[in-house]
Amino acid sequence: MGLNLFFILAAIMLVSAFGVIFNRNVVHSALALLVNFGTLAVFYFMLNAQFLAVVQILVYAGAIVVLFLFVVMLLGAELGEAVPSWLTLRNGFLIALGLVLLTLIGTAVFENLIQGAQGDFTPEAIAEFGQVELIGSVLFTDYVLAFQLVGVLLSVGIIGIVWLARQQVKSEAAGEKE
Amino acid sequence: MTEVPVSYYLLLSAMLFTIGAGGVLIRRNTIIILMCVEMMMNAVNLTFIAFSRFLNSATGQIFVFMIMAVAAVEVAIGLALLVELNRHKRAVNVDEINSLKG
Repeated sequence: MGLNLFFILAAIMLVSAFGVIFNRNVVHSALALLVNFGTLAVFYFMLNAQFLAVVQILVYAGAIVVLFLFVVMLLGAELGEAVPSWLTLRNGFLIALGLVLLTLIGTAVFENLIQGAQGDFTPEAIAEFGQVELIGSVLFTDYVLAFQLVGVLLSVGIIGIVWLARQQVKSEAAGEKE
Repeated sequence: MTEVPVSYYLLLSAMLFTIGAGGVLIRRNTIIILMCVEMMMNAVNLTFIAFSRFLNSATGQIFVFMIMAVAAVEVAIGLALLVELNRHKRAVNVDEINSLKG
């Protein structure tokens, strides 16, 4: 049953990934991206990563896709690109490049499967202590520096966006004076 | 529930990554290119979580957590830059955004 579920979800995920690329309307692409993120969240559930599945839905589906849709509609860029035909020489070359990349990654996967040491993050431990508690204890002990750096990164991002928005307001005010 | 082999997940994420890379190469719309970069990041996330499950290690999940934070910042700044560019040049096509070209 798990394998059938895997193949059905994989099909949905790949079709929606192609939908992102091959839709002319950017809004439809964003909705295909939403489906893609949703199936990924189900994969995370199947892989026993419930916390990250919920975070995936909250952050990606809830914030990022909505931000994309917001900007697309704000810019009125729904049909930004006129594509006369997909079967050009250039696109054929790029698809061949993509196939080469896929072959390389696939070979790397099959040649270098890690059969290494097993950690202590087992399903039994998760059942006993709870997933969020275990991830939190690792995050705040071994990876606390990375956690704080992510905090710095988020503040830098917020400051950068506020600065960009302020430039916009300033140049609009200057435009009104002239 | 039967266990799905780890190589299936790895191949699936390789396919997703390749589709994303192909989208970055084929499309010229900046918003779609950003979406494809997100798709590639998600493919890497799937690999991390698959290995975290099959090696019983929490490190992969921590990495995914960090990648999600970075992706959120990247999308926010990328879209802010896009809005700014659109105000100045009325362009969403990457071929039209070439003012920095020497």
